[in-house]
Amino acid sequence: MLTTLSRIVKSGWLNFWRNRWLSSSAISIMGLTIFVTTSLLLINVLTNSLVQILRDKIDISVYFNLETTEEQILETRKSLIDLEEVESVEYVSQEEALEKFEEKHQDNQLLMQSIQELDDNPLEASLNIKAGTASQYEQIVDFLNGSQYKEIIDKINYRQNQAVIARLSSITAVLQRSGVVVSIILALMAVLITFNTIRLAIYSSREEINVMKLVGAGHWHIRGPFIVEGAFYGLVAAVIVLIIFYPVLWLLSPKMTAFLPGSDLFYFFRINFWQILLLQIAVGVSLGVASSLVAIRRYLRD
Amino acid sequence: MITFKDVSKIYLPDHIALNNINLTIQPKEFVSLAGPSGAGKSTLLRLAIREEQPSKGQIFLEEQEINHLAAKDLPQLRRKIGIVFQDFKLLSNKTAYENIAFAMEVGGRTNQEIEEDVPRVLRLVGLHDRDEHFPDQLSGGEKQRVAIGRALAHRPTILIADEPTGNLDLINTWDIIRLLLKINELGTTVILATHDREIVNTLDRRVITLEKGRVIRDEEKGRYIL
Ligand SMILES: Nc1ncnc2c1ncn2[C@@H]1O[C@H](COP(=O)(O)OP(=O)(O)OP(=O)(O)O)[C@@H](O)[C@H]1O
Ligand SMILES: [Mg+2]
Repeated sequence: MLTTLSRIVKSGWLNFWRNRWLSSSAISIMGLTIFVTTSLLLINVLTNSLVQILRDKIDISVYFNLETTEEQILETRKSLIDLEEVESVEYVSQEEALEKFEEKHQDNQLLMQSIQELDDNPLEASLNIKAGTASQYEQIVDFLNGSQYKEIIDKINYRQNQAVIARLSSITAVLQRSGVVVSIILALMAVLITFNTIRLAIYSSREEINVMKLVGAGHWHIRGPFIVEGAFYGLVAAVIVLIIFYPVLWLLSPKMTAFLPGSDLFYFFRINFWQILLLQIAVGVSLGVASSLVAIRRYLRD
Repeated sequence: MITFKDVSKIYLPDHIALNNINLTIQPKEFVSLAGPSGAGKSTLLRLAIREEQPSKGQIFLEEQEINHLAAKDLPQLRRKIGIVFQDFKLLSNKTAYENIAFAMEVGGRTNQEIEEDVPRVLRLVGLHDRDEHFPDQLSGGEKQRVAIGRALAHRPTILIADEPTGNLDLINTWDIIRLLLKINELGTTVILATHDREIVNTLDRRVITLEKGRVIRDEEKGRYIL
């Protein structure tokens, strides 16, 4: 059993090595497939970070009447946090609001003066609410309007933001959905092309397959080396693609970061280097093995 | 050893390649299968190795009826028979050594046996100094000797050769025939299909003559007569 396995692997390796120039077409197609898969992964990472950035930019603020006590606001906050849709609620007290205001307008003498002339703090305390997804803000606003807290709420700035929020939520949805569709189509195409390339390679060996049968080779003796050869295609293709990816990302990543702050593809790539390599090898090897298995089936029928 | 009983082979739609063949070949015989082109020699041999199935009749190899073997039992059958073809049919991406070793590997021989036997076989066919050569780097005669070496890998009790000299010049032809005789002397049944009159007449062994799918003559110490 073990000898058979080692013979099959050795034979597959020799076929691969002796056909290395012929193999290069299969390898390049396979490399393309792995390249596409990896790119899709990275694009997915980019899309996600884009969606994350957009999502971080959206929130709604609830402003409370000036006479509202801190306990009431904190109670509101607590019941908001209990909501499933709410991801985080940040409390901004009147004092903090004033500080922020002063900081923001410190160059505006007129504003600063008029504020300092007031006895009371004119700014309202607020809660900044972030939801899990953009579409959930509607429900949060409905909740607040329907609750006992309606009394103490001065205004919710949702209405002003509503249009923006709706747009963003549809953009992120489209982005993610089309990402999935495009990925599936591209991956499918790549898989089909690889399969056809390997099928062609095996087709050109049909005479040899017949000879092997005539000298008494069992199915695994025939099939095994082809499968091993397919696995080697995948392995080599994966390594080549990785070697290409490294400098390309190194060059491209800073430009991406400039365009999409907060995303750093090269960093992601380095941090997940082994996982990506493993993924590429897994894609390559399983593609090679599966294609060979399917392609050789018809030549083993008797 | 090998028996054909009422065997016919009809290629669709209606070409009768073999017509009611009855014959028995004894162990250790050296039999020539003669006849003009298209007589059905190759067809008969293809049936014997179950590369094809008869349309009618039964074929026995050492008591075993082979015409109804399941696909999974074919490798086992073929390991009992050594086969040599006119066009050599070597594996082009394997060296001479590896071609012979491959047949031994599929027969489940151990690495040690293979390392001992391949050089022995190569020496028997006179190619011990060509073991690292690929088929492309060998002459026709050398290729055929590798093929015979491979056919011997399973230590078969029967060797089937379909016009093994068809692509060879005179000198190589006689080398191959002498090799087959030597193998026969070592105890292997040999069936040799040929339409070479010289060979048949020189051998002076049993000759079965086919014509238009029928056995028209079957003689001990026969001659090539048409
Ligand atoms: N696969 C096939 N399909 C249809 N007809 C076939 C097939 N194989 C052989 N034949 C026919 O069967 C007949 C016998 O062919 P076969 O190859 O057995 O002849 P042969 O005696 O070996 O001839 P040669 O000396 O030329 O090799 C021929 O007329 C041939 O055309
Ligand atoms: Mg023939």
